This record gives sequence, C-alpha cells and structure tokens, in this order.
Amino acid sequence: MDVVQLKRQLIAFTELLFGEGFLDEQFNQLQQLQDENNPNFVAEVATLFFEDSERILNELANNLDKQSVDFKKVDAHVHQLKGSSSSIGAQRVQRVCIIFRNFCNERNVEGCLKCLQQLKHEYALVKSKLEALFSLEQQILAAGGSPSI
Amino acid sequence: MVLQRTFARYAERTAFERPLTSGVAYAVRVLHSEREQFEKHQGWTIKRMDILEQKPVHKDDYEPEALEPSPVQEEYAPVIFAQDTVSHVISLDLLSGKEDRDNVLRARASGKGVLTAPFRLIKTNRLGVILTFAVYKMDLPSNATPNERIQATAGYIGGIFHIQSLVEKLLQQLASKQTIDVTVLDTTNQSYPISMYDSSSNTSDNDLSYVSMLNFGDPLRKHEMHCRFKEKAPWPLLEMATSTGILVIALLLGHIFHATMIRIAKVEDDCRKMMELKKRAEAADVAKSQFLATVSHEIRTPMNGVLGMLQMLMDTDLDVTQQDYVRTAQESGKALVSLINEVLDQAKIESGKLELEAVQFDLRATLDDVLSLFSGKSQEKGVELGVYVSDRVPKILIGDPGRFRQIITNLMGNSIKFTDRGHVFVTVHLIEEVMDSIDVETESSPQNTLSGFPVPKRRLSWSKFRSFSQEVPICPSVSLISDPINLIVSVEDTGEGIPLEAQSRIFTPFVQVGPSISRTHGGTGIGLSISKYLVGLMNGEIGFVSIPQVGSTFTFTAVFNNGHSNLGEFGGPQINTQSILSTSEFHGMTALLVDPRPVRAKLSRYHVQRLGICVEVVPDLTYGSWSVLNCGMVKIDMILMEEELWDDSSSSLPIFLNHLRDNDPGAVPKLFLLTNSVSSSRTSNGTTTAIPSKPAVITKPLRASMIATSLRRVMGFRNRTDLRNGETSRLALRNLLQGRKILVVDDNDVNLKVAAGALKKYGADVVCENSGSKAISLLKPPHQFDACFMDIQMPVIDGFEATKRIREAERSFSGEYGRGNGSQDGKAVNCHVPILAMTADVIQATHEECIQCGMDGYVSKPFEAEQLYREVSQFFASQTN
Repeated sequence: MDVVQLKRQLIAFTELLFGEGFLDEQFNQLQQLQDENNPNFVAEVATLFFEDSERILNELANNLDKQSVDFKKVDAHVHQLKGSSSSIGAQRVQRVCIIFRNFCNERNVEGCLKCLQQLKHEYALVKSKLEALFSLEQQILAAGGSPSI
Repeated sequence: MVLQRTFARYAERTAFERPLTSGVAYAVRVLHSEREQFEKHQGWTIKRMDILEQKPVHKDDYEPEALEPSPVQEEYAPVIFAQDTVSHVISLDLLSGKEDRDNVLRARASGKGVLTAPFRLIKTNRLGVILTFAVYKMDLPSNATPNERIQATAGYIGGIFHIQSLVEKLLQQLASKQTIDVTVLDTTNQSYPISMYDSSSNTSDNDLSYVSMLNFGDPLRKHEMHCRFKEKAPWPLLEMATSTGILVIALLLGHIFHATMIRIAKVEDDCRKMMELKKRAEAADVAKSQFLATVSHEIRTPMNGVLGMLQMLMDTDLDVTQQDYVRTAQESGKALVSLINEVLDQAKIESGKLELEAVQFDLRATLDDVLSLFSGKSQEKGVELGVYVSDRVPKILIGDPGRFRQIITNLMGNSIKFTDRGHVFVTVHLIEEVMDSIDVETESSPQNTLSGFPVPKRRLSWSKFRSFSQEVPICPSVSLISDPINLIVSVEDTGEGIPLEAQSRIFTPFVQVGPSISRTHGGTGIGLSISKYLVGLMNGEIGFVSIPQVGSTFTFTAVFNNGHSNLGEFGGPQINTQSILSTSEFHGMTALLVDPRPVRAKLSRYHVQRLGICVEVVPDLTYGSWSVLNCGMVKIDMILMEEELWDDSSSSLPIFLNHLRDNDPGAVPKLFLLTNSVSSSRTSNGTTTAIPSKPAVITKPLRASMIATSLRRVMGFRNRTDLRNGETSRLALRNLLQGRKILVVDDNDVNLKVAAGALKKYGADVVCENSGSKAISLLKPPHQFDACFMDIQMPVIDGFEATKRIREAERSFSGEYGRGNGSQDGKAVNCHVPILAMTADVIQATHEECIQCGMDGYVSKPFEAEQLYREVSQFFASQTN
C-alpha cells in the first residue's frame, strides 16, 4: 500500500475512533505534545496506560472477589484508572469509571462487578483500537511517510 | 372504611327489616388516650349528652355545634354513624347520657341486647327506649367473662324505638284504637311504674282493664300493658274478643322486638365476617406488592447482564443480519427492563415505599432532555413537538427531577404514541399566572394552536382541581417548603383522543383504553397510575380533557421549592450546563423571528431568548410588518423563519435584506429555517442573488442547546476565539516555562507522564515523582526547583498534607536562615517554592482549600494551556522581571 492510501486509512480510522467516542479531545492534545524531541510520546503514554490499567483491573477483580469487599480500596483503584484514562483521552473507560465510583459509594457489589465487566470490555476495545492506530502509524513510517495528519 | 353516608343509606334501605325502630346508630369505644386522634380524624369533638337531657330543647332549636364538648373521661362512646332519621345524635357521647350509659355498660358486659328505661328522646322529646348491643372486635366464646367482653368491645349498635308510634302503629293495624285505651308501663321498679304509652284521655280508673306482661327480650326490665275500653263495660263476648286481640298485640310486639334483635345480631355477625375478609384481602395485597418488588429486582439483575452482553456482541464483527438480530434482542430486552421498572414502581407505590428526593435542578434543562428523547420519534412522524416554560418559573427548583421527568416522559410518550399529525405541546406556568390572567389562555380561537389543528379547551383539564375551585392558598400543609413554587404543566396533543367510555378509568393501573391498544401501541397501561401517584407525592393534582379525534390535554400541578432561597444547602452538579448557555457568546444579539402563528412564535422566542438573544417577532416579511420594528435602529443578526413561509417570502425577503443593507452596509443577517422533519431540509432554488442560496436549517423540537450549536456552526464563533486564545497562551507559556526546573508529583504513572510531557513541550526541565513523601524529601529549602505541580489525591500522604509539611520545613529554615545571616539580599526567594495543585475535578478542590494549606493555585487535569498560563504567570512573571 502506498503512503497516501495508508494516510487516508489513518485519517478515517482516527475519525472513527473519535466519532464512536473511544477517544476525546485529550488524545489530540497528547498528539500535539509529540514532537522531534519526543517522537514516541503517545505510544509511550499508551504503553504506560496499558500496564497501569491491566494492573488495576487485576487488583479490582481480586478485591471484588473477596468475601467482604473493601470499597475504599476499590474506589481508590477506580480513581486511579479514571485519572489515567482521562489523561490519555479514553473517554469510554473514563465514563465507566465514574459509574463505577457511584456504585462504590453505594457499596453495591453487584453494580461494581457489572462495571468491572464493562471496564474490561471497554479497556480491551480501546487497547485494540489504539494498537491498530499505532501499527498504522508504524506502517506509514516504514513506507517513508510522516504519520502526523 | 364505612362512611356515614354509606351507613345511612344502608340503614335506610334495610329499614323494612326492623319496621318499628325509628332509627339505628353506631357508636365506637374510644379510650381517653385515643380521644385526640379520634377527634382529629373525625373532624369533630365528642359532645356531652347530659346537659341536653337536663334541659331539653325544643326540636327546632336543636343545634349540634352548640353542644358542649365532653369533659375528660376514662373512655367515651361517641356515635359515629346514624340513620338519617336520627342523624342528630352523631358525635354525642353515649356514656355521658344517664340511660344510655347504663345501657352501654350492661350491654357490653352481658353480650346481649339491653333495653333502657323509657325516657324522653333527645330533640324529638318523645318517649322511647333504646335497645343496645355491644359489638366486639373478635369472636368471643359464649362463656366469656364480663371483663373479657369489656376489653373486646369495639362499639355499640343502638336501635331507637318510639313507644308511642310503636303502639299506635300496632293498634292501627287492629283498627280498634277508638274503643280501647292502651297503657304501657315500665314496671321494673314496682313502686314507680313509668308510663311509656298512654292513649286514654281521661284518667278515671276502670276496673275492667286487662293487664299483660310484655317481653322485649331484656330480662331485667318488665313491661306491662294495660288495656281497657274507653266506653262503658262491654259485653263479655266483646271482652273476650278484645282480650284475645290485646294478647295478639302483646305477642306481636314481643315478636317484633325479638326479630329486630335477631336481625341486628345477624348484621353484626356479617359485618365481622366482612372485616375478616377485608383484612385477608389487604394482607394478600401487601404480599403481592412485596412479591412483585422482589421478583422485579431479581429479574432486573440478570437482564442487565443480558443487555450488557448484547451490547458487547454488537461491538464484535457481525454481518447485517446478525446485527439486526442483536438489535432486536436488545430492544426487546430494553422494553422488558422498562416494563419491570414500571411494575417495580407500582409495587413500591402500593407498599408505600416510594419517596421523593429534594435536590436542585434546572426544570428547563430537564424538559430539554425529555424533548431530545422524543425528537427522533416526532420527526419521524412529522409531529411538531414543543416545550414552553413561562419566564416567571424560577431557573433552579428544588424537588425530584427524576420523578418529574418520569411524569413528563409518560405523558409525552402517550401523546406522541397516539398522535399522527399536528403537535404535542408542553407548557409550564405558575399556577398564579393561570389563575389570575386570561391571556395565558391563548386558545381563544380554536385554530390558534401550535400546529393549527384544533385542541380541546385546556381549561377543562383542570376544572376539577381542588386548589382551583376553593381558591385557598395551595398546599398549606407542606411545611417543609419554605418558598413554594406551584407549577401547572400541560401536555397537549392533537391525537386520536380517549374514547368517552374509557375516560373514567384511565388512571387505574393496568387498564388501557381497549384490549387492542397494547397490541398496536405496546405498554402496560401502568404509566398514568404511577404518574398520578407521583403527582400526589408532589402535592399536586392531575386531570385531563379529551375529545375523540381532536386530541387530549393532560394537566398536572406540582409544588417545588424555589432553588434560590437557600443555595448551597442542596448540592446539584447538573445545573451548570444551561447557565453557561445563557451567558454565551450570543448575548446581546438580536434575532428577527418570522412566524404568523402566535403560539408557535412564542415557543420559538422562548428558546432563542434563553441564549440571551433579543427576539423581535413579525408575522411575515411584507414591508408593513417589519417597518414598524424600527429596523434601522436595531441591528438584526439573524433571521429565523418557519419553513412554510420560505416559499412565499421569496419575493419579500430580498426587499427586506436590501433595506437592511441600506441602513448598515456589510451586516447581512444569517438566515435560519425552522423545520419539523429532517427529510424536508430543503435545497433552495436560490435564483435571486440576494437570498442566501442555502439557508441553514434548525430542526425541531427546539432546544436552547441545539439552537446554540446550529448558530455557532453557521456564525463560526467558537473556532475563531478558541484558536486565537490557544495560540497566544501557548507562545506565552513557552516564554515562561523555558528552562524552568519543575517537579511533578502524581501517584498515577500515566498522569505523571502526560503532565510531564505537557510541561516539557513548553520547554521546562521536568522531574517526576510518584508519592507525597518523595516530594517532601526533594522539596527541602533551599530549593532547587522553580515550581512543583502536585496531585491532590495520593495514597499515604496526599497533596495537601505534603504541601503543609513542605511549608513547615520552609518556615523553620527561613527562621534559622534569618537568625544566622540576616536577610538583606534577595536570597530569601528560595524559601518559598510555588506549589500548584493538579486536580481532575474542580469541585473537589476549591481554590480556598488549596490556599489554606499553603498551595499557590491549582490547575485542572488534563492541562489546558490557557489555565496553565494564568496560574503559572502569577509567580513566574514576577520572578523574571
């Protein structure tokens, strides 16, 4: 595939990600922070985000599995995830986090479990989408183009 | 509960069963401890009877209100029900009457019918006896002790007999009144027989009298009947016949009393049985509600799982057919969940567990939300949908927005469901407005409606409201509400209406207009009954008027608290959005609204005005209409025009635009068409150059936010201002931050990375740390950092705490430093490092809180250039100078 076609694909894909609400304005901001001095900035942040999220999701699953759930702890974890997801602009994850925290306040295990399920799902989605985005960018780079739109 | 009316009617109807009683009454046993509540419940006080007995009044003077209230007693027996013929005894305390008291006490201790000694009856002043039965709360064994009986007493039934009319009736039947004198005596006390009936005119003794004992069923009382002929001594034959006749009379009398007693006992027994059945039915009802609540909840939980999974399935790779299946499944699931929610509400209502919230909310925003919900459907059907809120309704109210929304959604949902042409129009006013002005009633001519279709007279829908007919201050009972706002909300449609025969039962749960409705339109028919209940909770009333094939209007009232009277007491985060709108960039602009239909123009104006835009309304664009507006004086920024006028105005519009241009060259107003459905958004024929070839289209239903978006898009506000500001602050930031050494502290690695990235972007030299304690150890005076950005919410030591400790260290350091060297030169600068809080939500950390613990300001996460610049410039600018 030539660069032009790849770029077109990248643009369409990015539009889709924004249109479907996977990403918000914050992701744009991140992309603007990436420059010659910091060429892999977005990917680095994303990698951090993935690691962080997976750790938190595991913690959450463990915590909610217990006989008596420590909602304070759960809430702290969700707060973390909310922070990092809003930093990267993964707004669907962030939204689930907000609902999740409400359930924490209500001490509703059922609701929390449901949210965790949804979080996992949203996280997996945004991860796959971001990875696809990065791989497209890599392809463009490999083909000799510049991924910046 | 049985009402007095019911009792009276029943007693009336069954009067033939006990032909010689002149009335029956029922009194209840009330202990003194229950008196207050009882009186409150009944609405009258217990009256005493003895005074009445002592000085009997003439019957015309009888006034129950004038009676004295009963003095404090251990217990009372006030009459609560009475047959109409004796209704004057209601509220009298039987225990305060001498004869009655005796009777009541004896009756309840014995469990049998008891007769009083004859006495003058109240009001009529005629001689009578009263037969009293006790009514017990439960079935008593026949050998129950008097004490047990007294304890179980619920009340007393009394039958009143007028002796005189009784005997007269009997004698008339025998047609021999003229010749026989009858005297009935109560001989319980042998030495003082009381005469109960005496028909003889002369008192001369006559030996030829016949004496017979009367048995009225009460062993303690003895009655004698003396009969004699009025004329001279009769023939023996006649005497025999007469005595036989008298015997017959005596027997008849006894029998009648007996039958009456049996009858009363039977009725009493039936009543007890009914009470038992009623109790059982009520218990079953409660059990049903509980069952419903439990089951609904249990169904909802797994249903959420199903819906969630379906949603996930939607996001996977599906072909068109599969997607269709999933969508159908999802929709069915959603329908099921909403049904369950309704049932759950109904169950909650029945078990009395539904309670209202009291939070601040923006009524207009709530209505806009509901409007958005139905916009798709209304556009699809081509039905015009509108909401109008009177200016006098306060911006912020306190109440339950969710439940209010539920009522509105239900009413609008019904309206849209049954309306295929015309409009659905929601109006909100203050009750005071509707009550004291006639001009709210704009429907004086039937055609002057939102869509031009006739509607039923709205006024009729609230004609039955109590608060209107009585003209009393509405809802004085709600003491919680300090500054009540009484709203009246109408939902008017031009749908198929409700058939007359069904109108009486539409508020009954699970009842729909006809069996075919649920098949064609879905739904359970539960919504209106829930709405009615919710309206009741809001201290309001609901009513409607409906004409088949014309339309229906539902109107309800509700009482809310004014949100401005006590701000801050109720937290309400959802109120921000709309207030931003009104202070928006459109403030001070002027719009010309072209609409010949006043009702619709009013609606459009309401929404446009919410954006702070001044609105002038003209019916059309002919010269005569707009020339009166003084257009030369006011700059028109935009023209809003109903779509239907577009074709007609092609000739007048250019003239108008030219006129504007003559007055103020270069100012061409933007043209917007207000249209009902998406499909008809038009492509203009645009032959005339003066007309903008493609006017922008605003699709109804109108909402302030949506109009704002459309205006913004066409007038191109946002982008310009935003970009310009963004660019300048970005450059300035670079100047400020270049080469600065900044510490960023956040326990969240991702946030840390992003914040650091942003600051690096502006040329700063960034060091990252992920805990409060590390920050404290790094930020020890003398400082090597120019500034610190610190997250507030961190485990172990949060941002506030860390800052406090750093400030403490700074203070003790500067103390030492000051003592040692003196502070002549500017080296003390290093004693205070600027610390800025980073926070995700502004509400959580107020500026004051940050300042209090020694921070210098705060920035929101993720960073926004302008805000960052504003905060950073505060302390860096002074240093660079």
